[in-house]
Amino acid sequence: MAAIPEPVETLLAAALVGELTVVDGTGRPVTYPLIPLYDGERVYLTSSTLFSKKLEHIKANPKVALSLTDPIAVGGRTDRATIQGDARVIEEDPHGGWERLLPIWEKKEPSIVFFLKQRVALPLFFERSLIEITPRRVLYWADGDAATAPQSTDVGKEAA
Amino acid sequence: MAGSAAPTRTPALDVRQGLEKLATYPYQILTFVGPDGYPVSVAVSSTIEPVSSSASFAAPVGLSLPIDADVSLTGSHIRPQPGYGYDERRHVTVWGPAMISVDGRTVSIVASRAWGWDEAEVPFFEYSERSVGQSRKYFDALSVERGTPVKPRLSMASLVLRTTRLPFLSATIVPVLLGILIAAHHGAFDLLSAVLTVIGASFVQLAINVSNDVFDTAQGADDANVTPTKFSGGSRVIQYGLVSFRRMAGLATVFYLAAGAIGVLLLVLRGSPALLAIGVVGFVVGLGYTAPPLKFVYRGLGEIAVAIGFGPLMLLGAYVVQTRGVLTWEPVVASLPIALLVALILYVNEIPDRRGDARAGKRTLPVRLSKSSVIAGYRLAALGAYVILVVGVVAGLLPIPALLALLTVPLALRVSRGLEPNYDNPYGLMSVMAVNINVHLYAGVLLLLAYAVVLIVGAVAPSVDLFIG
Repeated sequence: MAAIPEPVETLLAAALVGELTVVDGTGRPVTYPLIPLYDGERVYLTSSTLFSKKLEHIKANPKVALSLTDPIAVGGRTDRATIQGDARVIEEDPHGGWERLLPIWEKKEPSIVFFLKQRVALPLFFERSLIEITPRRVLYWADGDAATAPQSTDVGKEAA
Repeated sequence: MAGSAAPTRTPALDVRQGLEKLATYPYQILTFVGPDGYPVSVAVSSTIEPVSSSASFAAPVGLSLPIDADVSLTGSHIRPQPGYGYDERRHVTVWGPAMISVDGRTVSIVASRAWGWDEAEVPFFEYSERSVGQSRKYFDALSVERGTPVKPRLSMASLVLRTTRLPFLSATIVPVLLGILIAAHHGAFDLLSAVLTVIGASFVQLAINVSNDVFDTAQGADDANVTPTKFSGGSRVIQYGLVSFRRMAGLATVFYLAAGAIGVLLLVLRGSPALLAIGVVGFVVGLGYTAPPLKFVYRGLGEIAVAIGFGPLMLLGAYVVQTRGVLTWEPVVASLPIALLVALILYVNEIPDRRGDARAGKRTLPVRLSKSSVIAGYRLAALGAYVILVVGVVAGLLPIPALLALLTVPLALRVSRGLEPNYDNPYGLMSVMAVNINVHLYAGVLLLLAYAVVLIVGAVAPSVDLFIG
């Protein structure tokens, strides 16, 4: 079993936006653009309670995928990846629990700190849950082209 | 709660529209659920034909697509903004069953459903407002899961600020202080009753602010409004689940009782028939602003109610407390420009609310009138405020320094010019609303300054007359 391949870790660190796909109650994939936050071990995303439908889906079916496909969102890189994994919703404290990831979030979206100071204007936006993804498999397209089979890497629990 | 149906999160998107939008993205993300239950996503370049509701693309190598389940194609876009984050957020997804060509090289789907969001079409703040129901659902479910209520929170200071709309107290402070200063100029001043008047009048406005939220919620107006701003659409603490409806009703009652208690105390200390009449009319106008059966604001009479309440009633009430019921024309004339300018705050703030208000049957003037009439109405009322001021000075009813309030004319012109281009853009209108609030505040402060000058000159140079004639 291996860890997340280094090029994919770099993509994760650079990506302003990735596409989280969850599976809804009918078995259909539903995709949401979100900011991926990677702490070197697990992948995190945050969701406002305003847009919490995805959390309902995850609680019912934790199998998710996060794709990194947009060259514009990853600083011009053309490689692409999809990380499949098991998601867990962390919602002990929707008011402030998510703020532990604020330093990583701020690196990608500096304006979030300004908006957080205006919390009185956007109270529900800052009531948030964390989505923690434990990676299981990584598909990687070095040339970003679906005409080439992806490199598939199983990511073990010990690595996660 | 009465009122209209809950707003949908995003405007309906039919399949053809979804595909037309999808075709504008440089690539699409094909997503399907693999045999192991995990979703698989891969970027593809599709040929999209909205007319036939279809999209086709080269089969991705090394991946097996399901043949009996829906797959999706997603387009997603942002524009990075270094040092800020990103903007231009938009995404769209279409779903349909995948059909693989005989040679296995091409995949096509016939879309049956589409969904998406484009912040250029539905601004983020409106999108968030449309999603408030989902947040409520989330907290309700979490409360059931934990067996104890879980609610969104704000710090106490922020909650008080938001719930009471404290910054709007300037609408009360200005006319009350003006009434007190004019009375002082007329030789009547009592510090204790002046302080009690300011506190009592402030409780009146706080009661009105909070009870407005209660009655607007009860009648569905605040729930129907998906474009509130920091100046319009109420405090929304009930809609956001920050304060319960019952607690807001209780808070309004406490504020009304506090205002009533101070009113009774003032009647005991400085009572007069005029003060009693002003108090009774003020209570009826204040409560009847949104409360049934009067509901002035729902009948297009909100501006008049606000003009009377926060113009003559506040100013003359403060004046007669000091003079023990003696009335003169000067405070009446001084209250009129303030009345018009405060009514214009409401008038402009109702513009972004007009669609939601119309849905809830709240027939405000911007709901009833055309855009050109609303803008013309603003100009006419603002002009009226300044004309009354000048005529009042020329007629010798107001002091010459009161003309200082004309310094706010450029601000009123900025509002006038800003209405046309921002009329249909609630968030663009926010800066216009802010300037409009300042027109009232600054004009009021300049009138206060004018009477301070009158009092000082009267004390140090009694022979100097600051009134014409």
